Amino acid sequence: MTTSADLQVHDQDEHHHDSGGDTVFGFWIYIMSDCILFATLFATYAVMSGSFAGQITPKELFDLNFVLGETALLLFSSFTFGMAMLYAHKKSMRGMITWLLITFALGLGFLGMELFEFYHFSHEGATPQTSGYWSAFYGLVATHGLHVTGGLIWMLILFAHFKRDGFSDANMVRLACLSLFWHFLDVIWICVFSVVYLMGVM
Amino acid sequence: MSSKATIVTEPDIIFGKLTLDVIPFTDPVILPVMIACMLGGIGLFALITKMGKWGYLWNEWLTSVDHKRIGVMYIIVAIVMLVRGFSDALMMRAQQAFATADEVGAGFLPPEHYDQIFTAHGTIMIFFVAMPLVIGLMNVVVPLQIGARDVAFPFLNSLSFWLFVVGALLVNISLFVGEFAATGWLAYPPLSGIEYSPWVGVDYWLWALQISGIGTLLTGVNFFVTIMKMRAPGMRLMQMPVFTWTSLCANILIVISFPILTVTITLLTLDRYIGTHFFTNDLGGNQMMYVNLIWAWGHPEVYILILPAFGVFSEVTATFSRKRLFGYTSLIWATLVIMVLSFVVWLHHFFTMGSGASVNAFFGIATMIISVPTGVKIFNWLFTMYKGRVEFSASMWWTISFLFTFTIGGMTGVMLAIPAADFVLHNSLFLIAHFHNVIIGGAVFGYFAGLTYWFPKATGFMLDEKLGKISCALWTVGFFVAFMPLYILGFNGMTRRLNYYDNPEWTMLLWVAAFGAIIVLAGITVQLWMGYVSIRDRDQNRDLTGDPWNGRTLEWATSSPPPFYNFAKMPKIHDRDEHQYKKDHGMAYEVPENYTPIHMPKNTWCGIVMSGFALMMGFAMVWHIWWMAIVGFVGIFASLIIYSFERDKDYYVQVDVIEPLEEAHLVHANPTGLRAMQDKKSSLEA
Repeated sequence: MTTSADLQVHDQDEHHHDSGGDTVFGFWIYIMSDCILFATLFATYAVMSGSFAGQITPKELFDLNFVLGETALLLFSSFTFGMAMLYAHKKSMRGMITWLLITFALGLGFLGMELFEFYHFSHEGATPQTSGYWSAFYGLVATHGLHVTGGLIWMLILFAHFKRDGFSDANMVRLACLSLFWHFLDVIWICVFSVVYLMGVM
Repeated sequence: MSSKATIVTEPDIIFGKLTLDVIPFTDPVILPVMIACMLGGIGLFALITKMGKWGYLWNEWLTSVDHKRIGVMYIIVAIVMLVRGFSDALMMRAQQAFATADEVGAGFLPPEHYDQIFTAHGTIMIFFVAMPLVIGLMNVVVPLQIGARDVAFPFLNSLSFWLFVVGALLVNISLFVGEFAATGWLAYPPLSGIEYSPWVGVDYWLWALQISGIGTLLTGVNFFVTIMKMRAPGMRLMQMPVFTWTSLCANILIVISFPILTVTITLLTLDRYIGTHFFTNDLGGNQMMYVNLIWAWGHPEVYILILPAFGVFSEVTATFSRKRLFGYTSLIWATLVIMVLSFVVWLHHFFTMGSGASVNAFFGIATMIISVPTGVKIFNWLFTMYKGRVEFSASMWWTISFLFTFTIGGMTGVMLAIPAADFVLHNSLFLIAHFHNVIIGGAVFGYFAGLTYWFPKATGFMLDEKLGKISCALWTVGFFVAFMPLYILGFNGMTRRLNYYDNPEWTMLLWVAAFGAIIVLAGITVQLWMGYVSIRDRDQNRDLTGDPWNGRTLEWATSSPPPFYNFAKMPKIHDRDEHQYKKDHGMAYEVPENYTPIHMPKNTWCGIVMSGFALMMGFAMVWHIWWMAIVGFVGIFASLIIYSFERDKDYYVQVDVIEPLEEAHLVHANPTGLRAMQDKKSSLEA
């Protein structure tokens, strides 16, 4: 039960901090630093883009249609996460969970395709140990994949949070942060698609 | 630091590469240290148990999310690590003083041990002394200066601290279990690659830096949000105290540069653990990419260390000159310019890479341009003192010593910024002298000034001023005696990191340098003695008003030490030097009519437990104990998830707790006001 004393305290802005706004702002800052992490990996990839050392080249391996499918899954999952957010703001648990589950499935599909691609490449003789180029390729693409994995695990935990506390303030902040994170991974993937795959077959 | 660097056993499934042989029982240098550390540890453990203080330690300190206590813990660990890093320095100076010979084995340290010592010295002094002193001071001071009750994310703050401790522990464990890197403090490949450093030394370096680096990154995010979002009502950006400003810039640099470090050492880790080819000699690896990346982090890091020190000098100079800081706006802009420029000078660390005249010229000129805003600051401080009523307190001594020492170091830096000169001086003792000149004379003197200045704020009593001045004098003289010879030796062609040399003409100057190091040792001893004396006599040196220096900024409006919630009433900001403004207008220490409950975060186990798992993971990764690494990794995230489901994270501090704490301060700071308010209240009740 909320007493009038509590309300008065809130009115006077005596809250220590860590209200949702600051958390989301902090998460933005974290994402900016993550962005620099990826920028460093992209720079590394650019430097290594010709370091084939006489080994197999990406041109021989990349299948753009396959990657396009992968990309479609991830981009569509951003849209479905957006839908989940809309339902969350309408406080519709069922709608939110449904769209979040679809997002989860799409993310999992993306990850599955990526792992299949890695497996296929390794089989063709392109492992992280093959050459500087392939080290940089796996370094960049797998880091993105690890982020997606992290996002999926986070989504599972969020299901548990929502099951227990419903649309509490804390849960809404968590959902907003995950949503930022998910869209951010999408943006990074677009860069991966352009810089690694499109330029790789050029 | 075992000398058995050749041991590479087939990893065991339970113990990885770990065997009893890796503990250097027979090393005459390490064994006494090991015994002393073990006895010390057992003694400390027994003492705490005997006094029954474990519960107090756990509840009040180890799990604390109070930024002031976290700051104090940072500083304590930093001082312990300073003693360790300085011991390394003494051993190096001694080795070089004795090592005139033309064969390996001169002096008392074998090469593989000596190499580990200079690596440990650099790593410890930068990551585990300078960084925690900066972050410790920020923790103690920044929230108070901006009128906040805590940092934006108190739990993350605790986690940052404990991750930093894990890094420090890993470096110290390497002394007794295995070896440390023998590669120099930035571990350039291919020397740090698996081919040339096959044992565990570089792995200790990698995991210590990786884990503590993540803690630092979290600190950067935390303080950036704190300063941007939690300033007291009315405090505009251009009204923030200078130390807060310089801390803000340092934290922006952390957020931008530390991800680069994370990636760089992760790639080296991959090269060493799974055989990738980022920095190897063969199959397309590129070592110069490592050097570029590590300095793209490393140069901003230098400014992360020095900018907050500039902030300290600004506060100290204004306070003890009894004047407003001269040219506040220009000083802030100079800081911002340095912050931006620090990202476009990294190549000056390796002009000899061969990137060509025009690239070298660009980076040389960019480097020289940085000295312009730095010079602006020197004049800010000088003109603040000019016509001021300067009081020569111990922190002012450090400041004045800094002005001389740092200016010399800055000028030798401009010399090194000339690519043609750098080709001659690169990798020589001239460079060593230069960066010690700016880091000791700039950053470290700043931290000492800050420690002296804010010590009463953090603890409630003063440091002994006289001993502080003696240690400042010893440090200053010791510094010049130790490092001026190195400039000359560098000109004479002596390269850095030499285990022995065959030019007897250098011996004399190396003895002078060793003597200088002993003078610095005397300075450190006096500081430790100062700490002891000040704690012993604390009852005579209490700071009852909370404003022992007649300070100008908001932190001096609180009691010393401040109550855990910092401010009972949120201050309203009128002026850049808010506390001075209130004193001038008779508004200081206002007695409020009533208090309201305050919302505060609760302490949490999660930071220290997560870090315990991180330590487990780091140690296991070093020794290839895969099962333990997995347990550690899962443990880190499991703890975080469990913590996220906790409901009971904060509480309200009630008025009956706040009132006595506030009155205990006001009875010294504003007795008449307090009495008037009490009379008014009792007459109302009657």
